[in-house]
Amino acid sequence: MTKRSWKKTKTGAPSAETGMAAANAAAAGADTQVRYSQLGFFERNRLSGGYLLRKIVTQKAVSIIRAILLFGMCFMILQPILNKISVSFMTEQDLYNPVVISIPEHFTTENYRLAAELMTYSKALTNSFIVSLTIALLQIAVCTLAGYGFARFQFPFKKFWFACVILVILIPPQTIASSLHLHFRFFDILGLFKLTTGKTVNLRGSALPYYLMSAGCMGLKNGLYIYMIRQFFRNIPVDLEEAAYVDGCGMLRTFIKIMLPQSKPILTSCFLFAFVWQWTDGFYSKMFLGNTKLVSTALSRIVDSLSAYIQRINGVKTTISIAYSNCILATGTLMIIMPLIILYLFAQKAFVESITSSGIKM
Amino acid sequence: MKPKRHKYVGLQKRKAKAGYMFIMPFIIGFLVFMVKPFFQSLYMSFCNVELGAGTFRQTFSGLTNYRFAFMVDPEYNRLVVEEISRMMVYSLAIIVFSFFVSLILNQTFHGRAFVRAVFFLPVILSSGVILGLEENNQLMSSLAQTIENTTQGISITAALESILRTAGVGVRAYETLFEVIDNIYDVAIASGIQIIIFLSGLQNISSNMYEAADIEGCTKWESLWKITFPMISSLFLVNWIYTVVDFCMRSDNGVIKKIQTVMIDQQQYGNASAMSWIYFVIVLAFVGVTSFLISKRVYYYD
Repeated sequence: MTKRSWKKTKTGAPSAETGMAAANAAAAGADTQVRYSQLGFFERNRLSGGYLLRKIVTQKAVSIIRAILLFGMCFMILQPILNKISVSFMTEQDLYNPVVISIPEHFTTENYRLAAELMTYSKALTNSFIVSLTIALLQIAVCTLAGYGFARFQFPFKKFWFACVILVILIPPQTIASSLHLHFRFFDILGLFKLTTGKTVNLRGSALPYYLMSAGCMGLKNGLYIYMIRQFFRNIPVDLEEAAYVDGCGMLRTFIKIMLPQSKPILTSCFLFAFVWQWTDGFYSKMFLGNTKLVSTALSRIVDSLSAYIQRINGVKTTISIAYSNCILATGTLMIIMPLIILYLFAQKAFVESITSSGIKM
Repeated sequence: MKPKRHKYVGLQKRKAKAGYMFIMPFIIGFLVFMVKPFFQSLYMSFCNVELGAGTFRQTFSGLTNYRFAFMVDPEYNRLVVEEISRMMVYSLAIIVFSFFVSLILNQTFHGRAFVRAVFFLPVILSSGVILGLEENNQLMSSLAQTIENTTQGISITAALESILRTAGVGVRAYETLFEVIDNIYDVAIASGIQIIIFLSGLQNISSNMYEAADIEGCTKWESLWKITFPMISSLFLVNWIYTVVDFCMRSDNGVIKKIQTVMIDQQQYGNASAMSWIYFVIVLAFVGVTSFLISKRVYYYD
């Protein structure tokens, strides 16, 4: 809309100087449009002093270059996935055949069956789904509360606590991993357990510590979620809430009834982040959920399980070829990201558009 | 007048209380799961930790662990220096790349939704275990190599590289640049979130400014530097911090791997704590200094 009117004024201005007829037309106002559309392209170009042609050529050149660039970059990002897909359908002999590059000669789905068996796929998938869903929901619930608190309320030491949030973003979990290890190995709240039962509780190997940590906003990248949600709430006008307070609505009720419905976009995207990152996370899963079979931990062990499997069916210790184990690994990776990609295809708008269109100020 | 003032104070107080209630989960979590392990890990780095059956013993040993990390361990110094220098180059490359891509993705063209979806895919692909496994998948890399070789003759970057090499001006700087270009996939895969953040910023700039500049005869190039750049300069700070932290803490980082091996495989908790503390302090200092320098140049519109 704006572009078109701007072009009109641009083409209109020089025409007034160049031609008598055009000047009359410009004066005539509404008549101009009709007259211009009747003229040929080169005539109009001449009237604009070569501007029209130049503009169109630039536009076309820009869009062609852009298309080439984007095609190249998209291909670059997609290529590993495409490679994995083609490899996952190959038999072992295809892997060594130098002629076969991306289209398998002997098409097979055996790799999928084997990878599924090695990862105990269906079980790991359900476990992962339950864990990721509950953890993500829990994390987003508490992070929303904290983010809202930081965005809207004035209280003493607010700056200090927010600095703590930044610290949580910056401290790598690896730094405190060793002591978290021991913390949960000999778990105790202020010495209460030791006082009552005489010994500390061993929480390692169960999922409970991680749920506790998530309930305390200390899960994977939770500082980042708090930060993002806070920025979102800060951009919403205060008037609505004040109106609610005047009408006698309590703080919590205002939050639930008025603020939550508005914050759907940011909550969806944060939830999706939390879900995806939890799904593929290896660090916390290995540390706390070691006994639960998850797809992420199963994938990181798949090569070892493959050699164990081959050894079991052969009865003798055999070394498997790198190519074949990598092929199984690629298949396993595909199987793990497949649910995420399906989710991503459905929620693509929520992933990309919601953050960008809500316009968070960082 | 007095009762009214009282009520104001009361509301203020109630709001403060409510605020504390809202962030209570964070405070509890921070105190229980962060503060104690944080200081314990600091203390542990000065200790000799022995793990026995069902118990562990810490004996204070001064700076032994730090001395071990710097002087005895054959890899640690080299790994830290390597990773920090790689981090500088790659973080810069990621910032430039994501800024450039978000500028393109902010324009309107056919298939924009698809392209955006593809560029955001790395958030899935580069997360967690997948990244570490991708590293040592030789089959995939050999396949990629084969495909690359078939296009060798028409590679523009290779041609450019050879032209610049023979020109021989400032070869060192070129080599770093070539390395980044050859590993552009790593850069692209690490810049999903950054692109999103830049895009959200770009969408916030009102189009009035560009129109005004256009009418005044400003070219696109000029308005990029005079309007776009200052308007989203605060996002550069956010993205820089995020990129540096993300690069240093991801699981395929050499130092992080080293710490993991020392801690989990060799069970040397004291040494691992010392190493991670040294690394953490270096990274924090780097982030602090650079973000201070950047924040000097950031322009806040409102």
